Amino acid sequence: MSAAGGRYDAVVVGAGHNGLICAAYLARAGRKVLVVERRHQVGGATTTEEIHPGFKFSCCSYVVSLLRPWIIRDLDLPRHGYEVLPLEETFTPFEDGRYLLRDADPERTKRAIARFSPRDAEVYKQFGQKMAELGRLVKPMIDGPAPDPASRNPFELLRLAKFARHVRGQGEEWLIGNLKMMTMSAIDFLAEWFDCEQLIAPMSVSGIIGTFLGVRSPGTAYVLLHHYMGEIDGSYRAWGLPKGGTGAIAAAIAGAARALGVEIRLQAPVAGLLWKRGRAAGVVLENGDEIAAKAVVSGVDPHRTFLGLVGEERLDPEFARQVKRFKMRGSSGKVNLALDALPEFACLPGNGPQLRGDITIAPSIAYLERAYDDAKYGAFSRRPFMDIVIPSLTDPTVAPPGKHTMSIFVQYAPYKLREGAADWPNQREKFGDAVIATLAEYMPKLPELILHRQVLSPWDLEQTYGLTEGNIFHGELSLEQLAFLRPVAGWSRYRTPIDDLWMCASGTHPGGGIMGAPGALCARTMLAARAV
Amino acid sequence: MPIPTPFHERTSKLCTSYRWKDWSGYAAVSSYDTTHDREYFAFRESAGLLDVSPLFKYEVYGPDATALLSRMMVRDVSKLKVGRVGYSCWCDDHGKVIDDGTVTRLDEDYYRVTAADPTLHWLQAVGRGLRVTVEDSTARLAAVALQGPRSREILRAASDADVDRLKFFGATRAKLAGLDVWITRTGYTGDLGYEVWTEKAGALALWDALLDAGRPHGIAPAGLDALDVSRIEAGFILLGIDYFSAPKVILEARKSTPFEIGLGWAVDFERARFPSFIGRDALEAERRRGSAWALVGLEVAWEALEALYESFSLPPSLPATARRDGLPVYDEEGRQVGKVTSHTWSPILKKYIALTSVEARYASPGTVLQMEHTVEFERRKVPATVVKTPFFDPPRKRQP
Repeated sequence: MSAAGGRYDAVVVGAGHNGLICAAYLARAGRKVLVVERRHQVGGATTTEEIHPGFKFSCCSYVVSLLRPWIIRDLDLPRHGYEVLPLEETFTPFEDGRYLLRDADPERTKRAIARFSPRDAEVYKQFGQKMAELGRLVKPMIDGPAPDPASRNPFELLRLAKFARHVRGQGEEWLIGNLKMMTMSAIDFLAEWFDCEQLIAPMSVSGIIGTFLGVRSPGTAYVLLHHYMGEIDGSYRAWGLPKGGTGAIAAAIAGAARALGVEIRLQAPVAGLLWKRGRAAGVVLENGDEIAAKAVVSGVDPHRTFLGLVGEERLDPEFARQVKRFKMRGSSGKVNLALDALPEFACLPGNGPQLRGDITIAPSIAYLERAYDDAKYGAFSRRPFMDIVIPSLTDPTVAPPGKHTMSIFVQYAPYKLREGAADWPNQREKFGDAVIATLAEYMPKLPELILHRQVLSPWDLEQTYGLTEGNIFHGELSLEQLAFLRPVAGWSRYRTPIDDLWMCASGTHPGGGIMGAPGALCARTMLAARAV
Repeated sequence: MPIPTPFHERTSKLCTSYRWKDWSGYAAVSSYDTTHDREYFAFRESAGLLDVSPLFKYEVYGPDATALLSRMMVRDVSKLKVGRVGYSCWCDDHGKVIDDGTVTRLDEDYYRVTAADPTLHWLQAVGRGLRVTVEDSTARLAAVALQGPRSREILRAASDADVDRLKFFGATRAKLAGLDVWITRTGYTGDLGYEVWTEKAGALALWDALLDAGRPHGIAPAGLDALDVSRIEAGFILLGIDYFSAPKVILEARKSTPFEIGLGWAVDFERARFPSFIGRDALEAERRRGSAWALVGLEVAWEALEALYESFSLPPSLPATARRDGLPVYDEEGRQVGKVTSHTWSPILKKYIALTSVEARYASPGTVLQMEHTVEFERRKVPATVVKTPFFDPPRKRQP
């Protein structure tokens, strides 16, 4: 069928990584698919942009760990340019001038931790193994649709029974551990294992990334687990740095999708759905073009999908209420720096492993709690938690020779400021200043090295990337918003109350991060249901 | 006990892992850090600097130098122009491979030969009665390989060589850090890369100059573990691992001909100046008859591997480094039809790959074989598909 004449089997709204993956899988099954994207490039928040000449930034998402290996294989992504470079170290400087460097060498890491607590140094490895085991047990959950406890479908019940057996087989100890994990705070959970705060504080932040919660908030322990599920190369390992920035991942997926016959139309913002007898029958672009399709797949977040594309007036009031209650609550921002030279830590000068891995500014629990306190009352943290990488150290393609890029993930930056979200343009640079000032406590010469600074507040993330309230995961990854509850109970299987409208992005099971599972599982579900 | 190379003063300080191995009697770094990941990615993303001094090196010069090497090599060395490098192997009278290496024509009657094994005696034997001098320069010369996408820019900054005009397998004289060096566009990683050769007195100056020029490009000193992964991706065989030197084996079955180890392309029967070469008759007969063995690439089916581990309730796991333990390869009926000689996880291809000797009839791409894989002390099999090598072949390797 030619692009000009024929009707599409599916039109995907948004060329984020999940939209592209969904489109690629549908095309792989022989379907004719069009992806429409508002921006001038694919990727959504999986994006690399040359903000300053010669400097390429992963503006939003900046590391990869959860992209499903089966997706990488199915779509042959390495052939389309997908490369992940190692990111092994975690460096944490403390306010008293000491530091902790953890890396891929278990003995070296043990010695580093032992400077703070010999006991914790021994337990650390066991903890990692325990978490990896837990992660492995949870893994089937993220590689398939969410279990549906309300179902009466015999296949579903069989699946549930299998999962129950799987859980029972793990024994009581495991079950207790898991229950605890689901309900505890990250700090309480870690304190069951470790004594020293220098270890607990930087480890706890994995539990709060992308949520509007503090490290002492119940439920944050569970999110820690996601950190230990990171898979690279199909084996269990930590995080990685995508070559060419995260945008290169999107480009590889788009390349694979195009090779499978997917059409991608850029700068084609969608005005609304095309309706036919109450069903979704395509999309209407802002320029007035009408694109008919058997099915519409939304690659945007649940708020935008239902309150934007569909419109509240077409929804059942109870469903609409639940969508509105689905917590977006953006809590983080990004500061991206173009640097004239490599910065140095005062506590450990020079170019070394302290700079080439993950740098965590989370020096104490009280520090993290104070950062949260600011946010609770509608202000950005004056001294925030930061997760920093310097990709140019490992990937020379992102900066001119000798120059560097620095990506700073910053939490908390609440979307809803005391003065209102629309006040972010007034506070954006002050927020950037606070970040640099805090970082300069550890890297005194950093301010002099900055050639260019990009500050992205949650408000900017919403404006530029269409992330409602700037939430990086299309909705918080908290327990009450996961699995069969994501995004709305009863609607976790990529379907929506609107016939022929599907959801494929991070607002659906299994959630956010550059994982790709929602997109692939949505396509699989649509094909199984013969929706296209 | 291995002895230091000319770079030891530098490499020993950088090798914080204390991971060394014996390479032809020299102490060579396996990996500078505990794991070789960063060194591998330096080869593929920026540039890795590898001490290759232990490689055996010979100067062959005199009016009959061309005659000697043409007679010894399966490749027609007389066709090699000055400033060019040729890769070749050499055989015994029965056409069985003794060793492989490069021949660089430095001048009309001056060649440099590299080899994996000591070769002085063989060069002397083949050159008996010819007007040629053969000198073992292994200990006299220091050599480094600078490999990776940024290697050209680094050499451009560090030397006066016209690197932009230096073609794949070209050689040029140059000044680098005040030293007289030879730069060849060669290497063992299958990537854009160069090797730099100089007198050993200049070793440290050479090392420092390359590291300094490379720093803005993210250069990293790299060891043999990273090299091993790269060379398997590039489909390069290694003497003593993927094939064995004919004079050194007990069993006839261990010997290989060039055709059987993927070097048939180098064998040149169409010669004008020096028609005869050692092993010619046997190789011509083999070409008519067909070869018994072939060297192929295998790609392991990951889903099957994952399922195998899952049956043990384990996540799939592979060794962190390239491995050389031989593994039997079977056909559908369970008959052994070959052996894996080198295998590794390829970080760039995200595939588990292997260099494999198989009976020639199993060599066509797409053939599915069964490769042995041990899980929890149990020997099992996983399907693997025959593919063409190199597994990884970036265009930059030969781009002008």
